[in-house]
Amino acid sequence: MNVRTEGLVPILGITLLLSGCAAVTQLGTTVGVATGRISEEQKQALDKSSEKASEKITPEQEYYIGRSVAATILTTYKPFDQEATTRYLNVIGQTLAQASAKPETFGGYHFSILDSDEINAFAAPGGLIVVSRGLIRCCRNEDALAAVLAHEVGHVEKEHGLNAIEKGRKTAFMTTLAVTAGKSYGGADLAQLTQAFEGTISDITNMMVNSGYSRQSEFEADAAAVRILRSVGYNPEGLVDMLDQMQKKLQPGSHGFGATHPAPKDRINAVRKIIGATTAIAEPAARKQRFMAAIANI
Amino acid sequence: MIRKLAIVLGLLLVLPVAGSTAPVRMNVQVQSGQIRMTPTFLGKVLGTVSYGVPVAILQTKGDWMQVKSAQGQVGWMHKSALTTKRVSMAAGNATAKSAASSDELALAGKGFNSDVEREFKAKNKNLNFAAVDRMEKLKIPATEMQTFLQAGAVKPAEGGVQ
Repeated sequence: MNVRTEGLVPILGITLLLSGCAAVTQLGTTVGVATGRISEEQKQALDKSSEKASEKITPEQEYYIGRSVAATILTTYKPFDQEATTRYLNVIGQTLAQASAKPETFGGYHFSILDSDEINAFAAPGGLIVVSRGLIRCCRNEDALAAVLAHEVGHVEKEHGLNAIEKGRKTAFMTTLAVTAGKSYGGADLAQLTQAFEGTISDITNMMVNSGYSRQSEFEADAAAVRILRSVGYNPEGLVDMLDQMQKKLQPGSHGFGATHPAPKDRINAVRKIIGATTAIAEPAARKQRFMAAIANI
Repeated sequence: MIRKLAIVLGLLLVLPVAGSTAPVRMNVQVQSGQIRMTPTFLGKVLGTVSYGVPVAILQTKGDWMQVKSAQGQVGWMHKSALTTKRVSMAAGNATAKSAASSDELALAGKGFNSDVEREFKAKNKNLNFAAVDRMEKLKIPATEMQTFLQAGAVKPAEGGVQ
């Protein structure tokens, strides 16, 4: 069957501007039928496919979204290029990621440091994680640093970043996808997808930098961190210790975690309910030594 | 008529067996999926399988699947590396209708892909993709993770995660 689908592109362009939901696809295809561009049968197939497709962004697409989110963050903040410290962070972080519920992402987990005194960290979809020098300074031992990284892995595991994408935008680009199935992207399709992509990156970075995830998402990431830390063999008490230090260092009205995360004391209370009574964090000499060496320049 | 009935009965005998086990075949949905010796997160990595490659599923255990690669290698892969969806590496030739009716869309290279990233980069030349590329280059081998944990006396829970 040879059906003309070009007519849908400008229609979808309009729908991108509307912040609707599933109705956006319906509108697009209904108008398509009315203007004689697609058959009723084709409309039903498209409505069905976009409904299915919008449920899940593929790991490959998550990867491309994550790369651009990370590139945006690494432009706002400068990377702190200390090879030994970065490697140390990656050995711990990539090990923790293997113990998460989502050990395999399209491009894998990678960690980097931001040259900033602000207490902050960002987990881009797919596993590109950046942590500020300010946040690393809240860690007094390797278990605490592992807790910071495990919390960020938790955000990736739970796909909190992808939740920031406006539903209308997601439906619109998934529809473009369904329409273009079976042919290479033409210039108009590519422009359409790029526009949806820009919006997606902006949705995610705005939430990460300005509003933060929901309180519930933060508590979920802390719970995931506890599970991951225990699996690997770190004491989840490290998370409490780090939050305690953060509470002391956070300035009122500060950017970063001060503005985007629940108060450390609230997180401590929630974590305490999961891990139970206080236990001492064991610090074997070799672990302590390598931690001190790694963070010497932080 | 009798022959038709026999065929139907034959199918009834076969179908429940096929339906009660895990999907027979799944496809790798990450760039490089790891095949491990044991169904644990620190299990020795025996080899890797590339994006889009199908593997046969022998059995499942929690979040892990015992697989057999086309080369005959048997080992365990985490479910996050696999999908039941078709992963077509070439541009598909199906129409939207047929893709929808079979409940699957070709996954690879569709939607937000390298072409879209290239367009996005061209419009946002100031973005620091070089730093992202540097991040992605750093991959820690499983053996280094093991050595690191042992050296620091970090003892993983018995049997790994879940």
